[in-house]
Amino acid sequence: MATLASGASSPLYAKRRRKNVVTMGMAYAATGFGLSWLALILGVLFWEGFSGLSLRVFTEMTPPPGASGGLLNPIIGSLVMTFLAVLMGTPLGILAGTYLAEYGRYDKLSSVVRFINDILLSAPSIVVGLFIYELMVAQMGHFSGWAGAVALAVIVVPVVVRTTEDMLTLVPDTLREAAASVGLPRSLMIQKVAYRAARAGMITGVLLAIARISGETAPLLFTALNNQFWTNDMNAPVSSLPVVIFQFALSPYKDWQELAWTGALIITMAVLALSITARFLGGERKKS
Amino acid sequence: MNSSGERPVVDVAFQGGGVISAAEKVDRAKVLKRLRFGDNAFRHLTRAAAVAVLVILSGIIFSLVYGSLPAMQKFGISFLFDESWNPVTEKFGAIAPIYGTVLTSLIAMLIAVPIGLFIALFLTELCPMWLRRPIGIAVELLAGIPSIIYGIWGLFVFAPFLQQYVQPFLISVFGNVPVLSNLFAGPPYGIGILTAGLILAIMVLPFITSISRDVFDAVPPMLKESAYGLGCTTWEVARYVVLPFTRVGVIGGVMLALGRALGETMAVTFVIGNAHRISGSILAPGTTISATIANEFTEAVGDIYTSSLILLGLILFVITFIVLAFARLMLMRLNARLGK
Repeated sequence: MATLASGASSPLYAKRRRKNVVTMGMAYAATGFGLSWLALILGVLFWEGFSGLSLRVFTEMTPPPGASGGLLNPIIGSLVMTFLAVLMGTPLGILAGTYLAEYGRYDKLSSVVRFINDILLSAPSIVVGLFIYELMVAQMGHFSGWAGAVALAVIVVPVVVRTTEDMLTLVPDTLREAAASVGLPRSLMIQKVAYRAARAGMITGVLLAIARISGETAPLLFTALNNQFWTNDMNAPVSSLPVVIFQFALSPYKDWQELAWTGALIITMAVLALSITARFLGGERKKS
Repeated sequence: MNSSGERPVVDVAFQGGGVISAAEKVDRAKVLKRLRFGDNAFRHLTRAAAVAVLVILSGIIFSLVYGSLPAMQKFGISFLFDESWNPVTEKFGAIAPIYGTVLTSLIAMLIAVPIGLFIALFLTELCPMWLRRPIGIAVELLAGIPSIIYGIWGLFVFAPFLQQYVQPFLISVFGNVPVLSNLFAGPPYGIGILTAGLILAIMVLPFITSISRDVFDAVPPMLKESAYGLGCTTWEVARYVVLPFTRVGVIGGVMLALGRALGETMAVTFVIGNAHRISGSILAPGTTISATIANEFTEAVGDIYTSSLILLGLILFVITFIVLAFARLMLMRLNARLGK
């Protein structure tokens, strides 16, 4: 800021300077405040989570209260459901994003879809749980891993739609024109040129979607439910890390609470690793 | 780019009457047909996928309405204003969860909005360039932490801390102040409306920060430099140039964060206490719509109970839909002004 020597003594100037110092001080303080929460949360999480971390966590099933055990079945359950959700949600999201960016960039349908997609992006995930409950659990008459995976897929779709569209929009039109000029039909132009140019960004979108759903609890509570034991049957209730954390943390048993912390640490590490990878891959990506 | 529809795939060589044999002509026509078919198929496929997004939304609305019909028929509009929540007599009302949802979100916004704006101000005006990216990433990591982590942390770390230190302090300070004494009445439970509101504040802080930073960054440097050139202080530039210019965007960001806060489930469920009553004190346990659903849905017996919970979900969806739609409209208005 330029300071004028002649005005330095006037009371008005002093008052303005004071106000500036106070508000700028508040900006520093606010940043310190925000960052200290991150440090506090991660600090406690590491402290509590690491003490319970051992090989057993990854090799044994969830224990009954009072016994020792691990988190193998919820970890596998989470991995399988996340995988299936991404498998179902990603193609749909990429295709829809392609329409928004390539075919109907300016038409009416696109602006409606874009608007609705943005709302779905931040809609309460518990409502998605209720939706899939009505759609699948109530119809089939039982909770199932499939229902959990579909619920997660519903959350994946808007994330992928959004990033796919954003990334394809960034592809320069000259590339498309070049492709068209050598006689490539539009669909091949999109698949061979646009997708390739936007690939890193689109992968980023998928990673962000995985990060988003791997911590989701609410949509699984009454779709996949929980399962104390190992199951290979996706038609049966399947346990997942977030739901097990929820159940164990609220229980009165000490060992369950410890396992909950360990599970929380595992999820957080996975999510942070995913989002950091995504950020490096995507570079300076504009966020919603 | 021409976007308004398909351009047919045509064979230029074919039309131009180039020198090609008859057999080649047939071959080219075949390939052309295949390409044309693939082109159309892909276009319709993407279009169908885009429509599927709309189908998901209508599916959500339809299933919620369908599932909540029994409760709607039984309680009618009075469901919205009834405080009772009794699974035994099957009498349900939504006002207590709605009250808790609105109040916790309000507390969260009161705290997170000013702090978020100040952090954004720091990031755009004060922070040295080399620090911007790391701090920006740190704030966004805060946004990436799953809500269940906030919940378990709130339950085991934050709530006991509040119970031991903050709440007794609040009670003793405001105990004799009229109006405020009611707000901070009662024993320090640790868990309750205030705790949930504070956790929500920490959770939405990154959203507000990251959107405000983005819109602050979009202010044309010329405007800011002119103000600095007139001798404005950093605060004056922020207050009288940046903020007015970005107002719609900031409001949009705040509404987006509000939408998140209203619908947040797990973090709140851990620390709200799940008590179906409206109490004047924000230290008392309460409940929110999402916490009620999360806590009770799997244990709900009987059609009316389940249906009432789904009706709660519908109410939550309608509220957040309105808030989020408003947020998007605001952000769209800012983008229109920036000519994006």
